[in-house]
Amino acid sequence: MNKNNQKITIQNLILHYSDGTESLQDISLDIPAHAITVIFGPAGGGKSSLLRVLNRLNDLVDVVKLEGEVYLDDLDVLSPKTDVIALRRRVGMVFARPVVLPMSIQENITYGLEIAGIKDDQRLEDSLEKAALWEEVKDRLDDPAVTLSGGQQQRLCLARVLALEPEVILLDEPTSGLDPISTGKVEESLQALKEDYTIVLVPHSVQQAARTADYAAFFLQGKLIEYAPGNLLFTNPQDQRTQDYVEGRFG
Amino acid sequence: MDRDLNLGEMIITRLINIAGYSAIIFVGMIFYFLLREGLPTLNEVNFGNLVSNRWYPIEAYFGILPLLGGSLVITIGATLIAVPFGIGTAVYLAEIAPRWVREILKPLVEVLAGLPSVVLGFLGMLVLAPFLRKYLQLPTGLTAFTGSLLLGGMAIPTVVSVAEDAIDAVPKSYRDASLAIGATKWQTIWRVTLPAAKSGVTTAIMLGVGRAIGETMTVMMVSGNAPVLPGGIRALFKPARTMTATIAAEMGEVATGSVHYHVLFFIGMVLFLISLLINITASFVVFRQRQRQERILS
Amino acid sequence: MTDQKGTRVRYLKQRLGFRLLSSMAILTILPIIAVVIYIVIQGAPAISREFITGFPEDGMRAGGIWPAIVGTFYLTLGTAIFSVPLGIGAAIYLSEYAPQNRFTQMIRISIINLAGIPSVVYGLFGLGLFVLFLNFGTSILAGSLTLAIMTLPVIISTAEEALRAVPQAFRTVSISVGATKWQTIRRIVLPEALPGILTGVILGLERAAGETAPILFTVAAFFLPRLPNSPLDATMALPYHLFVISTQVPGMPIKIQYGTALVLLTFVLSMNIIATVIRSRARASRQW
Ligand SMILES: Nc1ncnc2c1ncn2[C@@H]1O[C@H](COP(=O)(O)OP(=O)(O)OP(=O)(O)O)[C@@H](O)[C@H]1O
Ligand SMILES: [Mg+2]
Repeated sequence: MNKNNQKITIQNLILHYSDGTESLQDISLDIPAHAITVIFGPAGGGKSSLLRVLNRLNDLVDVVKLEGEVYLDDLDVLSPKTDVIALRRRVGMVFARPVVLPMSIQENITYGLEIAGIKDDQRLEDSLEKAALWEEVKDRLDDPAVTLSGGQQQRLCLARVLALEPEVILLDEPTSGLDPISTGKVEESLQALKEDYTIVLVPHSVQQAARTADYAAFFLQGKLIEYAPGNLLFTNPQDQRTQDYVEGRFG
Repeated sequence: MDRDLNLGEMIITRLINIAGYSAIIFVGMIFYFLLREGLPTLNEVNFGNLVSNRWYPIEAYFGILPLLGGSLVITIGATLIAVPFGIGTAVYLAEIAPRWVREILKPLVEVLAGLPSVVLGFLGMLVLAPFLRKYLQLPTGLTAFTGSLLLGGMAIPTVVSVAEDAIDAVPKSYRDASLAIGATKWQTIWRVTLPAAKSGVTTAIMLGVGRAIGETMTVMMVSGNAPVLPGGIRALFKPARTMTATIAAEMGEVATGSVHYHVLFFIGMVLFLISLLINITASFVVFRQRQRQERILS
Repeated sequence: MTDQKGTRVRYLKQRLGFRLLSSMAILTILPIIAVVIYIVIQGAPAISREFITGFPEDGMRAGGIWPAIVGTFYLTLGTAIFSVPLGIGAAIYLSEYAPQNRFTQMIRISIINLAGIPSVVYGLFGLGLFVLFLNFGTSILAGSLTLAIMTLPVIISTAEEALRAVPQAFRTVSISVGATKWQTIRRIVLPEALPGILTGVILGLERAAGETAPILFTVAAFFLPRLPNSPLDATMALPYHLFVISTQVPGMPIKIQYGTALVLLTFVLSMNIIATVIRSRARASRQW
């Protein structure tokens, strides 16, 4: 892995919740730009926790211990001085459940833009286009967003993130509630998007991990077990635990 | 621009914090002003006088026992009405009534909560009191009993809404478990649901009692206003006078700073402490610390 | 066989029990309806343009009740001015900002206590603080402030409930696209909670409009045949006026008494109806 091409560098990251869960234990991981990095592993491994650190959404959670270093390019993500608002615009997040805001389709996209003080009509169409949703909604932009199907809603959530033109997109099991066809569409969009963005994906299955990963990191109970380019990790895992999990022997 | 944003955010957060603290400040201020105007009583009126059973301010008799007694009798009467009807209605609404009935009845209970007490007092005087006088063959219809009847009615919405919430909060699984072993719905209500909602129902009763003790205009208009220490059950059918009514009736005519004025504030202080006692106890039952434990989307 | 009989008895009991409870509910509700209908019937004949918009005459035994209507309107408005921002602010604090600790617990206990303090004690407090100590005199200002503190707990608790009902996920999403906490509250949480908040506000103000005891010593003028023209003026008010004409004025025509009761009831009940309508509308159109 070329060191200059790293978008995010994580060093010795430790995160404990107030209830005592040691959710991330000494994680070091570099995430490259213009690729899909997959974070996978069994439930409770700390995948979501890691993602939330990357855009400081963990500020909203009861975290008692947070140590180590996270850099986005040169920006010290964890520093208290960091402008989290600007950070969150650079690092967008799509959640497991498609959560559309209680407003129209169009307003869902423009919400983040208005707050950022951006007036750019083109972004609405562009972002919906990139999320492969434009054709389906272009005639009903003023409908309430809840009238969309689950798959459409999730693509709207992706478009909402894209509208802010972030550098990194975090996706936490974005297809867990979707049918195979919608899942396929989202995966297709991601493949197209990685040209321009850094993508960190928590997949909802090992199969999805294998399908999408340029790089893959296997997390188990708060520890990073193995991290390698996807084609290597899934065909020739170095760690027994990775192999067991990839081959479906536990998890 | 970010500077402005931060400043705005800071100011608004401050304001919201202050608003949040205001309730504590107000309770403190209310207590302070009652003490300030009420405590001089203890210097001006000797204790024996204060706890005697004669209330006749014109001749400087400030015995508050008859007033406490009046409040007590009327409140007990009101509670005896409000509790069975309030809880019965709450159970009916929460467990038995079909949806559409509930949709109609609940707003109506709210109407009762909103009826101005002076309107009820007015009707009590003009309609209920004459009716009771004739029917019960009393010398006057303006009695503690009349007050109890109306106050009981007025306390019902409080009891209903708190009790209904408590019953609603009982997990469905409790009921299902009971029904699954062959209990009828009726048995389930009495043996499972109500016991499970016990603390909430207790709170409902306490808040209902608090409502009755504090009610002013209605009692003043229908209870006959005789400051006589009640003795025995008969007292229910005689005129009585509560602490609240005394304040309302006499405060308008006293000179600011006079002994009588201080005594009225003193009574207000007693009322405040009673309601504090009731409500603090009730709120300790209420706090099962309803936490918002919805994890962030993951 | 006996088992079957036992079952029959149990269901018979249940039927009787349900009957009993539903009759209790009916006994609770019927008087309310009866009261409303009775006042409408008795009061309607008194209602005329002159009664509503006229001034009291002949020691209130004739003429209209316009000053009392206007007074109640001003008092309600004044109450709203103080209690609405404060109440909503406190509700936002409790729902969005308050940490879970003893201090917050104390705030909650204080709110429960405010709700339980007898209305006449509010009157004493208003007299002590606003009328005398701050020297506002018996005035709309003093009365509005007193009523505002009294209505706070109703507004706070309903508004907080409405705010809490807004799904947490909306907040997370809004923050994740770069909104600040306050932006999230103002643009997502408050609009979604608005119907619930409005319901609480109206129910609170309804109470304020109908209360007599807190205004006895803080605003109310026994008889003041002119309209108030400043917040520092005393004023007549409907509930107090009804009290006065039904207990203090000998030879008062009964028709005027019922007419006044009807106007007060209409004032209060229409607020109640508006609140109910807002709430049920909002429930029907909610997107979550
Ligand atoms: N807000 C929180 N407070 C306390 N503990 C938490 C919180 N969020 C997560 N945890 C705990 O931290 C550990 C890691 O959780 P995390 O959600 O990061 O795992 P995950 O790998 O995303 O799991 P899943 O596949 O189920 O989404 C778990 O043990 C979890 O219970
Ligand atoms: Mg997760």
